[in-house]
Amino acid sequence: MRSKEKIIEGILLLCAAVSILTTIGILWVLISESSVFFLNVPLSDFLFDTQWTPLFAEKHFGILPLVSGTILTSFIAIVVALPIGLAIAVYLNEYAPKGFRKFIKPILEVLAAIPTVVYGYFALMVITPFLQQIFPQMAGFNALSPGIVMGIMIIPMISSLSEDALYAVPKSLREASYGIGATRFQTSFKVLIPAASSGIIVSVILAISRAVGETMIVAIAAGQQPRLTFNPFVPVETITTYIVQVSLGDVVQGSLEYQTIFAAGIALFLMTFVLNNISFYIKRKFEEKYE
Amino acid sequence: MNIKAILFSLSVIFLAACGGGSSSEQSVIKIDGSSTVYPITEAVAEEFRREDPTIKISVALSGTGGGFKKFGRAEIDINDASREIKAQEIEFAKSNGVEYVELIVAFDGMAVVVNPKNDWCNDITVAELKLLWAPEAQGQIMKWNQIRPEWPNEEVHLFGPGVESGTYDYFTEAIVGKSHSSRGDFTASEDDNVLVQGVASDKNALGFFGMAYYEENANKLKVIGIDDGNDENGAGPIKPTLETVKNKSYAPLSRPLFIYINSQAGNRPEVQSFVQFYLDNMNDLSEEVGFIPLSQEETNEVKNVWSAFVSSLSTPE
Repeated sequence: MRSKEKIIEGILLLCAAVSILTTIGILWVLISESSVFFLNVPLSDFLFDTQWTPLFAEKHFGILPLVSGTILTSFIAIVVALPIGLAIAVYLNEYAPKGFRKFIKPILEVLAAIPTVVYGYFALMVITPFLQQIFPQMAGFNALSPGIVMGIMIIPMISSLSEDALYAVPKSLREASYGIGATRFQTSFKVLIPAASSGIIVSVILAISRAVGETMIVAIAAGQQPRLTFNPFVPVETITTYIVQVSLGDVVQGSLEYQTIFAAGIALFLMTFVLNNISFYIKRKFEEKYE
Repeated sequence: MNIKAILFSLSVIFLAACGGGSSSEQSVIKIDGSSTVYPITEAVAEEFRREDPTIKISVALSGTGGGFKKFGRAEIDINDASREIKAQEIEFAKSNGVEYVELIVAFDGMAVVVNPKNDWCNDITVAELKLLWAPEAQGQIMKWNQIRPEWPNEEVHLFGPGVESGTYDYFTEAIVGKSHSSRGDFTASEDDNVLVQGVASDKNALGFFGMAYYEENANKLKVIGIDDGNDENGAGPIKPTLETVKNKSYAPLSRPLFIYINSQAGNRPEVQSFVQFYLDNMNDLSEEVGFIPLSQEETNEVKNVWSAFVSSLSTPE
């Protein structure tokens, strides 16, 4: 009996170890491969050069155009997702009848289950032509359309996590608010949202890191042209798109061009890693406030 | 009990799938390479499958350069190429003991295209194209009126094939003067459909790719004439058509297309019959997919090269 218990324990430990070892393994590959890259390309070029053309005769290795593309599309996504997601969370938490809430929540989450490649073609074939009627100067590949679609994709992430955070606000606060004569709207926006702000911020940061790492939508609809711009109407390239582009082509293994994808990968990893840690920190720091 | 039944049926399916794969492994003809040559090879393969469904043919498109890398490692039997094999690729193939034969299968014009809504650009000179695509243009030549002053003060968005493609090599060689040398700030994709989509949806776009892709999407694109400044082969801007590519007046953006066949593969009867079928049908099919067929004389010459190659293989060493 005891030995059986030990075996089960061992299996559980192994499962936990797999995920940790995978992370360590990925980190190891990223660092070891990109270290060769940084031996050949000075870090200052990587950080401050404003052009990224490693595959061409005239080579430049400035990550900034890729970073700007990534930030631009993610920023548009958040601008779309935050107000809508938050409004949904408030509605579900304060206004919606209980039965309706139970019914609508899983439906909302379907948005997160749609394959991203479908979203990508939706952006390219539906959203872009529609936006071009409003903005005729807009290019066929641009940051705006995939940004908006990415925003739609991460709405459930924000609405669901924010709703949980709002739900967790102690009843006493809500009742006190109603007690002094506040309306539902005032209670929601002046009491509950500030009280749940840590959870909401965490949801937003997680959604940002999802958008930063999103690949398929931007690869299909944002274009493949690295350029340092915050103009949402022109083709851009994100870090993830670049990695896809190079991995799909036939770049010689071990060449400098090949190592650029690891350098780009480590930049991406750092971005999401920092974001996740900020969210972890905020969660720890503020979550016990009302207990 | 239920789970066992499911597992059992799954494993049966799995085994059946594996069995199917290994038994037909013998007769798969693997083809890769240029996305420009792809439509004609795919058309030939389709016809051939109808003749003999037992032989499987896979046609991929990872670019001429990408294809030659696989060809040099003997991973594929036939490589589609939109340019001749380079010295270093010959070296690489030799170092792996790969021998091959080169066959011309059609001629192609490269189309320079803009969006149909673009009402200012109907033609362009080779010098202007060079100004626009040279490495020095990167980050400098960004607007239409920098190419020709009467064109509008709008950003120009460039689209071109990826650096592994023969089309890119050929275009840079013909326009910039040095193969593989161009600006890097354009949308580069090995998938020509991405380029078609990009130009078709962007008023300020300019792109180039094989004529066949233009013909297929002629309703979404506007092809522009090229003026090479040489009046001997036709004065003024000339658009790529069957006629102008064939009589060489569409210069400098017309070129021959090739297939390369690995000698080892050439020994296999199914590859021999496929290539023979290719040579017998390529002229009809290449016209169908938008290429320029070889003349009768050229066709006979290619067929002679192939039959000489086959008979050289069959002589015992």
